[in-house]
Amino acid sequence: MIRVQTEDFDIGAEVAALTKGRTDIGALVTFSGLVRNMNEGAPVNTFELEHYPGMTEKELTRIEEQAHERWPLQASLIIHRIGKLEPGDNIVLVAAASAHREAAFEAAAFLMDYLKTRAPFWKREGDVWVEARESDETAEKKWQNTAS
Amino acid sequence: MKLLYFAWVKQKTGVAEEDVTPPRHVSDVTDLIAWLKTRGEGYETAFCDVSVIRCAVDQEHGDLDTSVAGATEVAFFPPVAGG
Repeated sequence: MIRVQTEDFDIGAEVAALTKGRTDIGALVTFSGLVRNMNEGAPVNTFELEHYPGMTEKELTRIEEQAHERWPLQASLIIHRIGKLEPGDNIVLVAAASAHREAAFEAAAFLMDYLKTRAPFWKREGDVWVEARESDETAEKKWQNTAS
Repeated sequence: MKLLYFAWVKQKTGVAEEDVTPPRHVSDVTDLIAWLKTRGEGYETAFCDVSVIRCAVDQEHGDLDTSVAGATEVAFFPPVAGG
């Protein structure tokens, strides 16, 4: 399941909803990203997240589908926020549930690495657009070189 | 064909989206960018360094060689930076 939303999310509630009534899930890995107060050594204030409505949802769905093709997942979730955010705010949540921990750990990392380089989001702080990081591309590429 | 621009590409072109009819010889993203650059200073500035431009054709990531023949929607934006 994927969601793009302006409102905050409650990690506990999301995890509970994902696993409710399930007895086949033995491992659940979640990653949540928060807005940091520093970026590349400079203080961060409020910023605005822009995205490409339509493509964002399609791309997140494609990323989720790829994770399900690579690992035996029972459930997964990607939530990404848009709009105005400030340091300390939740920005992204990914969850991967599987019978065993290895698949859940790997799939959660994969979802984040692909989201970082493929999901069409941009951050603007005042008049400045936050630049993409090269290390994110490196992180994505490692999945292309490993057959799972 | 609908064109969409995001983040600083939108600021430089000065438009978020527009409907255009490119000339017939425009067959891929490279051609489309070359044609757009003839449409004004904003476009020329936005596309002066294509190494920092990313694109999507019909809401799928593309590159400079991706065909735009028959495309209904082409978007231009900087490298993505979510998460």
